[in-house]
Amino acid sequence: MKILVTVKRIPDPDESLKFGATGLDYSASKWVPNAFDEYAVETALRLAEVVGGTQRLAEVVVLSICPENQRQHVTQFLAMGADRGIIVDADPDKLDTISVSKLIAAVFKKEACDLLISGKLTQDNEGNQVPQRVAALLGLPQACFAAAVEWDQTGRALNVSREVDDGVETKRIPLPGVLSVDLRIVLPRSVRNGSTPATHAYNEGPRLASLKGITMAKRKPVAVLKPADLGVAITATEQNVAVTAPPKRKAGQKVKSVEELVEKLAKEAKVL
Amino acid sequence: MSKVLVILEVAAGKLRPHCLPGITAGAEIAAKIGGQLQLLVLGADPSQAAQAIAQAGYGAAGVLTLAAAGLEPFTAEAWGDAIVHAVKTTGATVIGGSASSTLRDALPRAAALLDAPLVSDIVQVKSATTFTRPVSAGRALLDVQVNAPIVFFTARGTEFEPAQPGAAVDVSPLPAPTVDVRGVQVKGVQKTESSRPALTEAKVVVSGGRGMKEGANFRILEQLTDLLGGALGASRAATDAGMVPADLQVGQTGKIVAPELYIAVAVSGAIQHLAGMKGSKVIVAINKDEEAPIFQVADYSLVAKWEDAIPRLIELIKARRSA
Ligand SMILES: Cc1cc2nc3c(=O)[nH]c(=O)nc-3n(C[C@H](O)[C@H](O)[C@H](O)COP(=O)(O)OP(=O)(O)OC[C@H]3O[C@@H](n4cnc5c(N)ncnc54)[C@H](O)[C@@H]3O)c2cc1C
Ligand SMILES: Nc1ncnc2c1ncn2[C@@H]1O[C@H](COP(=O)(O)O)[C@@H](O)[C@H]1O
Repeated sequence: MKILVTVKRIPDPDESLKFGATGLDYSASKWVPNAFDEYAVETALRLAEVVGGTQRLAEVVVLSICPENQRQHVTQFLAMGADRGIIVDADPDKLDTISVSKLIAAVFKKEACDLLISGKLTQDNEGNQVPQRVAALLGLPQACFAAAVEWDQTGRALNVSREVDDGVETKRIPLPGVLSVDLRIVLPRSVRNGSTPATHAYNEGPRLASLKGITMAKRKPVAVLKPADLGVAITATEQNVAVTAPPKRKAGQKVKSVEELVEKLAKEAKVL
Repeated sequence: MSKVLVILEVAAGKLRPHCLPGITAGAEIAAKIGGQLQLLVLGADPSQAAQAIAQAGYGAAGVLTLAAAGLEPFTAEAWGDAIVHAVKTTGATVIGGSASSTLRDALPRAAALLDAPLVSDIVQVKSATTFTRPVSAGRALLDVQVNAPIVFFTARGTEFEPAQPGAAVDVSPLPAPTVDVRGVQVKGVQKTESSRPALTEAKVVVSGGRGMKEGANFRILEQLTDLLGGALGASRAATDAGMVPADLQVGQTGKIVAPELYIAVAVSGAIQHLAGMKGSKVIVAINKDEEAPIFQVADYSLVAKWEDAIPRLIELIKARRSA
């Protein structure tokens, strides 16, 4: 089994934004991994390992489309436990979503992967569409917004609980396939691979890199490809033309008591 | 004449209300490109629902149907194929609808198969080709211009008015599509049953955060919610901890709400939470920490423990009601 995990670097979401003429100015930003992609890597690692044993059930390959010299996030995921990395050397902020999706699909095919795991969205761009597009381009089934996943190794399928608007849907997808993960995938019992004891509870959230992991990361292979190596013609169907800050809410007021609050909600705001 | 196709979702033979803002967004785009708005209903046998929708018209030029057994239960795989088929047979150039979990799952698939861009979660139609969408947890509004023969969109429900019924229109069935579910099996949806209004449609939302400490404490928020005829919401911390079901989460990765009154109780106000409720008309925050960032967006801030404030709030509202 070979699992490909897509990982994007994003400007630190805790930094204040700098508004440029046609888009946000990230020239001085600190770059961090997209949180949903950290969850995706954690999901892949939980599927691949047998807790309490030494066996590995899958190879975990992380893929990022990013400038070759800004690969800190890839190294970080290798330190977390991924086996190797692939970088497609391009600035993702200059590519349209069509091109990003085609590049990912091309790598999946070239590597003959069995499973793609992506975050459900990027925290900066919030496109919420790349994994779905890749699944379509490859003609594969998809389970998006996954909150829990169980790998049926004999049936070569995943049983996935997906968070939908009015509850939780259970969907079974045969492999090869595509998974996009939501926040709850990193709760202690969300991922089951059939080999780690079912009683095992993980720590909540993505794991931290160990010291040994950090040392080993430097020795793990990272292949660097150009978009042309993958035979993908880059298109430019989207262009950012302006960016503004949303209107600020007008300053509110402090109320001293519940009595005052009710009085104001009734008389001033007229919402009671 | 170019066509704008808005994809609708139905349940029990009726249009699901969350689709109405998507129709309005589609109508605005149709007006900007000088095109025609068509509504598309798909399913195993969508004719009855389509008739009901056509009666109300919603300002569209017509209602189209696509019938195939493989379209129910919903899968992105089959819906993606069917939408591609609809675009090819109608020659539609703009395709979209409300940004529901259904369309967010299926539309990118169809867009990819047609080599078309998709602009997600638009909040404004600037021109025929330029749409505004929030990014970075709603801290910026980006104008995106698309340049392609076919364009997809999803529209944020809180930013477009629900489409209103108008003159009745005709229903035209499209030739049946071939759909492939790619081997998937849907085992069903475990619905969160509630007699309250849907979170995204409620006029009042009461949300609880980690400071509620445990699920049982949400009872008192439910009392307040029901007194106000509203919907219950929660922060990620409260949903992750299992205090309430995950579909009650408000925020960047949860529901986007914009009620007339939003009451945040024991919620700190992280940017990801604000992203889902900043558009509310009146915001009340109740938190024991006067430094909590939620107070920066609140119209009325009360520094208090919920254990003291909420019972009193319920009491006073009840007293007002009976006065
Ligand atoms: C990728 C990503 C996506 C996310 N998406 C979302 C999202 O969609 N929605 C969301 O909500 N969060 C989201 N988050 C999480 C977000 O960053 C915060 O961690 C979360 O909103 C915090 O929830 P909280 O306010 O309930 O908890 P806390 O931040 O722990 O705040 C609890 C608050 O309760 C107050 N309190 C405690 N006891 C009492 C009491 N007795 N009476 C009154 N007040 C009390 C405290 O003062 C504190 O302010 C996301 C995070 C990431 C990384
Ligand atoms: N430049 C990129 N490199 C690698 N993966 C990406 C890139 N952009 C998007 N993705 C993946 O696609 C997911 C969804 O992205 P989006 O559709 O842009 O919200 C992310 O969580 C990533 O896993």
